[in-house]
Amino acid sequence: MNERRTETLVVTLVTVTNLLIAFFISGVVIWALGEDPWFALKTLLYGAFGYDEGLGYTLYYTTNFIFTGLAFAIGFHCGLFNIGAEGQAYIGGLGVGLICLWLEDWSLWLVFPLAVLTSIILGGIWGAIPGYFKAKRGSHEVVTTIMFNFIASVIMVNILSHVLRPPKEMSPESREFAEGVWIPQMHEIFDWFGINITQTPLNGTFFFALICLVLVWRFIWYTRWGYEIRTVGTNDTAAVYAGISVSRNIILAMVVCGGLAGFVGINEIMGSSHRIMLNFQAGIGFTGIAVSLIGRNHPLGILLAALLFGILYQGGAELSFEVQAIDRHLVVLIQGLVILFAGALENLFRPQIEYFVKQLAPQ
Amino acid sequence: MWTDVLLILDATLRISVPFVLAAMGGIFAERSGVIDFGLEGKMLGGAFVAATVAHLTQSAWWGLLGSIGIGIIFSMIHGYASVSKRGNQVVSCVAINIFAMGLTVVLANAWFHMGGKTPQLPKEARFMSIELPFAEEFRNIPIIGEIYYELISGHNALVYIAFIAVPITAWVVFKSSFGLRLRATGENPLAVDTTGISVNKTRYQALILNGILGGMSGAYLSTAHLAFFVKDMSAGKGYIALAAMIVGKWRPYPAMFACLLFSFLFAIKDKPEIFDLLKGIIPVKLLNSFLDMSPYILTIIFLAGFVGKAVAPKAIGQPFSKEK
Repeated sequence: MNERRTETLVVTLVTVTNLLIAFFISGVVIWALGEDPWFALKTLLYGAFGYDEGLGYTLYYTTNFIFTGLAFAIGFHCGLFNIGAEGQAYIGGLGVGLICLWLEDWSLWLVFPLAVLTSIILGGIWGAIPGYFKAKRGSHEVVTTIMFNFIASVIMVNILSHVLRPPKEMSPESREFAEGVWIPQMHEIFDWFGINITQTPLNGTFFFALICLVLVWRFIWYTRWGYEIRTVGTNDTAAVYAGISVSRNIILAMVVCGGLAGFVGINEIMGSSHRIMLNFQAGIGFTGIAVSLIGRNHPLGILLAALLFGILYQGGAELSFEVQAIDRHLVVLIQGLVILFAGALENLFRPQIEYFVKQLAPQ
Repeated sequence: MWTDVLLILDATLRISVPFVLAAMGGIFAERSGVIDFGLEGKMLGGAFVAATVAHLTQSAWWGLLGSIGIGIIFSMIHGYASVSKRGNQVVSCVAINIFAMGLTVVLANAWFHMGGKTPQLPKEARFMSIELPFAEEFRNIPIIGEIYYELISGHNALVYIAFIAVPITAWVVFKSSFGLRLRATGENPLAVDTTGISVNKTRYQALILNGILGGMSGAYLSTAHLAFFVKDMSAGKGYIALAAMIVGKWRPYPAMFACLLFSFLFAIKDKPEIFDLLKGIIPVKLLNSFLDMSPYILTIIFLAGFVGKAVAPKAIGQPFSKEK
């Protein structure tokens, strides 16, 4: 085995071990609540995979997590800890919704690129401001992005309840926009080929997410911008000597983060709810942190990790439905554990695993 | 008018308590060189445990003890990850915050089935206001007596504890020998190590103090300010406390004043008179959202250093290793 393959093997084993520890502790919590962890696991997996409706929901959630996972990863490559995907998705989604409400008579082929552009611009601005403060004033992005999440939330509550809420309606959400600009749902797409599947919120955005994975992969490792971002993230002093502007790259990375997070709005608003709703982004931004850390900030890893959290979300919903004592928020708890073990304690068992791999395959 | 001013200041004091406690906790951790974005999680965990224990024992003081316990547990997890295992400190903090967000709701729902709330606490199981001696008698003395009656007397125990914690923190950090070790650890851990003092031990001690104060700040939310725990009740207060600490340049008194300033904004938001006054200038709908956003915007502005440059302890965020 050459060195690179050994390293890949070690990293994979380390990640899997960390995940297993996080799941084990979650199992202990379930056990402490007086429920059977094995039954919980079986219910969860059945809920996520057992029937095609469950699978549809799993992939629907996966789509969201790909976007926020990528949003976190880009920042991380630049040495930033962007926990503002939540607010960036919220504001980006507002842009998507407004475009759809405004141009609802247009063809989807025109509206879709415009919606993508708007969510990049609005989500990007929402990322760029904390990026600017970080780059120029040195304010830590963790605090500023969190503050921007709260500000986004206040703005959206006010816009939805005072501006976009149709008169006579009670709930703070916009009206539904015309069917012409809905992204086709997966059962419709399958129907074109004569295959029948159950209707779920899963829609064409899933393919867009896969394209984004490839684009981000190219962006980070095969473009000058990506190279500069990685240089700043690895060693900003070296970047300065190499003539790379640190502040420019921090702001650029935050704009890309915000743009990617904004795509959550495409999946949620254009693809599923067809209206702007309150808290459509709830929790998705934070999940992106765990997704990216588990996926080692690499698009392929992010895809797998997003799928994992899609399973946890859908299976967890099923589980909380079946077992009254277990709440949906168990997933949030698992996220915290995953971030702790795969992020902060990532090298906890690395020496042991390295030793084990070396024993197994001597050079 | 004068009474209104006193009432707003009084409300400011009440609101500032969790910020002040958490900011003092943050000072201990960060002065020792450990980043603490985890105040939010400790506050939330403390709030939940305090409400639960107070409900079970019908005693706010046991609740407070419980919140201190969870605060210490969280800061020890942070210590293990970031001091012993030299992991990324920011990641560890965010993990604790998200973990706390999930755990509190899961447990609240499993135990009380009230949609993430804990049962309403009766008066006996809460921190109720304490009338200081002679408050009633002094009440009619102009200015001094009024200040004593309205502003100083009539708060609950945690308010007094919070404001006693400030001079104590100042004394410990700047006057005691522990404080000297603490600050040296945050500035130059290698030098501390060569004098034979354990860097990691000092950081753990700082984190214990941090956990105590962080947990207490949560207890105030659920057993003094309100009478129950509710999902996500810390609502960013831990982060705002951290920003106040940075604005106060890691010093107890300036940090306290920063906390008071943030709280003042929260206080005028809840004051109908102020609202009516501003209504004439700004449209109501805008005013509402502006007031809701103002503490967060102010946090950002302050953090951006528009009020002067903040210099962090030199070794902050760097795990200590002898081999380096």
